[in-house]
Amino acid sequence: MSAILTSPRDRQGLRGAPFDPKPPASPNPPDIAERLEALWREAPGPLGWFGTVDHKTIGIRYIITSFVFLILGGLEALVMRIQLAQPNATTLTPEQYNQLFSLHGVTMIFLYAMPVLSGFSNYLWPLMLGSRDMAFPRLNALSYWLFLGAGIFLYASFPLGAAPDGGWFGYVPNTGREFSPGPNIDIYTLGLIFLGISTTVGAANFVVTLLRMRAPGMSVNRLPILIWGTLTASIANLFAVPAVSLACLMLWLDRNQGTHFFDIAGGGQPLLWQHLFWLFGHPWVYAIVLPAMGMVSDALPVHCRRPLVGYTLVATATVATMVVGFGVWLHHMFATGLPVLALSFFSAASFVIAIPSAVSVFSWIATIYTGRVRLTVPFLFFASVILLFVIGGVSGVMTASLAFDWQLTDTYFIVAHLHYVLIGINLFAVVGAIYHWLPKMSGRMMDERLGRWVFGFMFLGFNLAFLPMHWLGLIGMPRRVWTYGADMGFSTTNLVISIGAFVFAIGILLFLINIATALRSGRPAGPDPWGAPTLEWAISSPPPVYNFAIIPMVASRHPLWEDALDEGADRSRLATGFLLDNGKETLGVTPLDGEPDVILKMPGDTLLPFALSVATLILFSALLFRNGWIAAFGGAAAILTLILWFRPHQAPEAREKVRIYE
Amino acid sequence: MKRRAVLAALPLGGCAAQPLGYMTDTAGHAADAISQIGWGLAIVSIIVVVLIAALIALAIARGRQRLCAEGDVVGRDYGGLSWIYWGVGLSFPVLVALAVWTFIVTRAVAEPPRPTALTIEVTAHRWWWEVRYRGERPVDDFVAANHLVVPVGVPVRLVLTSSDVIHDFWVPKIGPKMDMIPGKTNVTWIEADRAGLYRGQCAEYCGLEHARMAFTVAAVPLVDFRRWRMAEQRPQDPGGGRGATIFASACAACHAVRGTDAAGIYGPDLTHFASRPTIAAGVLPNTVAGRVKWLADTQGVKPGAAMPQVPLDPADRVALVQYLGTLR
Repeated sequence: MSAILTSPRDRQGLRGAPFDPKPPASPNPPDIAERLEALWREAPGPLGWFGTVDHKTIGIRYIITSFVFLILGGLEALVMRIQLAQPNATTLTPEQYNQLFSLHGVTMIFLYAMPVLSGFSNYLWPLMLGSRDMAFPRLNALSYWLFLGAGIFLYASFPLGAAPDGGWFGYVPNTGREFSPGPNIDIYTLGLIFLGISTTVGAANFVVTLLRMRAPGMSVNRLPILIWGTLTASIANLFAVPAVSLACLMLWLDRNQGTHFFDIAGGGQPLLWQHLFWLFGHPWVYAIVLPAMGMVSDALPVHCRRPLVGYTLVATATVATMVVGFGVWLHHMFATGLPVLALSFFSAASFVIAIPSAVSVFSWIATIYTGRVRLTVPFLFFASVILLFVIGGVSGVMTASLAFDWQLTDTYFIVAHLHYVLIGINLFAVVGAIYHWLPKMSGRMMDERLGRWVFGFMFLGFNLAFLPMHWLGLIGMPRRVWTYGADMGFSTTNLVISIGAFVFAIGILLFLINIATALRSGRPAGPDPWGAPTLEWAISSPPPVYNFAIIPMVASRHPLWEDALDEGADRSRLATGFLLDNGKETLGVTPLDGEPDVILKMPGDTLLPFALSVATLILFSALLFRNGWIAAFGGAAAILTLILWFRPHQAPEAREKVRIYE
Repeated sequence: MKRRAVLAALPLGGCAAQPLGYMTDTAGHAADAISQIGWGLAIVSIIVVVLIAALIALAIARGRQRLCAEGDVVGRDYGGLSWIYWGVGLSFPVLVALAVWTFIVTRAVAEPPRPTALTIEVTAHRWWWEVRYRGERPVDDFVAANHLVVPVGVPVRLVLTSSDVIHDFWVPKIGPKMDMIPGKTNVTWIEADRAGLYRGQCAEYCGLEHARMAFTVAAVPLVDFRRWRMAEQRPQDPGGGRGATIFASACAACHAVRGTDAAGIYGPDLTHFASRPTIAAGVLPNTVAGRVKWLADTQGVKPGAAMPQVPLDPADRVALVQYLGTLR
């Protein structure tokens, strides 16, 4: 599928003229294109397939893989909804239900919500920043292959009936060896450590990319909000992921090597797990919404035909959310019996975090109000994000209230809240973003008519499934229960929720059909079908493998809207600039000012990231089966791959002539 | 016999329609205060959502109008920033007010209004509740299971812990929840304002049978409570007959009945078992039919429960059920 999406194809047999018939704003002269294509194109056959380091291919693979996990997690949810549709149902046994809800949580949070945003950011960052690739293309490939490896590792347990069954939160001692003797939790701990490597290298790559891989003139006050969102999330991940990786390592050692980090008999503390887990967990939930909010902040204004209202406030709010987000983790532990004074601080911080969210919400509404609204499908999704975010936000404020949370926590109210936040801000934003950016990725438009049906089914189904859950929580239905009694008053509401879940699923199915028909026979998009302001729309759709033939020079926040906005004399220069064609190279800029600094020689296809991921998969599988010899083999293979990776290269020439295209 | 009459007359859960609901029909000082702020938060939330939905609709209508009037052109428009200033400016005092209200209610429910006169220790097990009433002297202590009896209008100190994994003590009609953590003792309190039979539920995921780890709390007038406690402290009349013999051979290794030779410590203490409303932590009603069902299909009724399927022929089972019925 990725081949269809990334390689330029002839457009014969497609309906209608391109949406944007003009040539791309950043020119791609045929003679130069041919030369760059030869330098950048991946090798044909398996070497190119497994060895590509192109950020666009990697980004699309991330998105497709995370959607596969989304569908798996969704099917798990549907089976659970069949079980819960009626009281005292026996479709599932308690153990099956516990595995399903645990795997559903792990899948959606770890294997869908973050990776799908990594996919968009991978694809969009260099295009938006005016660069030819990410800072570390091989690390980028590694991050994808590790994600895939960890996903396969976690899911291999499912057909064996040994999926994690301690919830996505894996509280000890329930997940200790004594109460969970099977391999289920070993898969969970090792899988999360495995995935943590992927997240960490990916996050480091984003941070360095932001610092070094921008077009000249792309100063920090000109960055698209998506860049702010992913940058903030990436920095947060670098601090947050070690906490969960450490916790998982400690649990794995407790289970397999007889340590006592969490074991009461040995002086361990069960609450230590919760602190470490939520110290990671709460920043993470912001990390999986901030980039999505960034996509809304960048794409919604395009359909309102004006710049985002309050760019500086929204960018600041993005960073502020994350900073405060590190100080609210105890609100997951309000009922653990910690001192009330300590809990009160976290309750107050959880109220405060609503403020930066309010900035984004009112910015979006103001952008619509003062704009000229095109009622496109992406607009419908982005506008619905605002409403769903506000519903998830106010229910979040309700749970921030320490006293009230002593009743709310661990009821379905929390389930309702978290799904409004995660589906409302992540999935609805992602689906809107696919309608918005698929034309760029594939060169084809998605059908607007079918898109409206998709929106209708998804919006109605989602609210039918999750709005009544608030009520269910308020009448006392606890979370994570495989069944409930007929005398509890939960039956009718649960039936409505299950119906809503299936309506929502129909919406997702129609959405997949919408994508498939667009890829097969969608109308050509042209370089800039929406008339958008940012650099990714200055090149052809799909973009050439080297992105920009001529490195753009940026003079404003909206390079393609400068004439329309008439904001002064400075104009971004897209048609003239550095023509880096002396090998596979791109421009590095100084971190603060974005001044041209160095010419970076970029690596070509390499199997090393794939090999390292396979070696890691072998290592972790051997640890799971506690096979020392195979583990040693996997570890040795990983080290060997790293030696090959870091072997000295011939130093490039210190100085090189640069051609300027005019 | 008076005691039975009192328990039988209790209405279930105040409002039988939603025995775990904590927004209406609450019956405790703490639950009342929390439901008030709960309604306050819910009403503010609903107003905010309706307001924002209206603003979004208004904004879309206005944005459409402008598209029609001015055409599909990109332009800079000023004035939008005041939306953010107004929006945040109005949200902030509301959030501060809600936070202050939260702290007032938190302070009111964190500590009992009067010193507690009675201590009950509840230890959670997978998947049942061990309830130990502390007497004035250690010899007055007694142990029950899956059912608490508390006096109306008297704050009761609860000492909560767990013998295995983390559980959570939650009687939503009476008060907030509190985790029960192994290796840690959490102290909280409950006070019921109205007599009634209230349902409790484990509120922290604790493995296989988390869903079916419930209990009951009977709130009774103080005089009845005293009478009940005196009765409960008394050991069981040993009784006799075939059922007692079967109990001694098939059940006593795990279950204790004070006053008899049965002194097992693995399962719930079954002294005065017949006075409890449910079997197996709220799974079945404690009736003859319920007892027969439980003994006939233990692992089918509650898969994963620590109690194994005890092989009994039907006649023995009837005798055992009859004996259990005599444990008043």
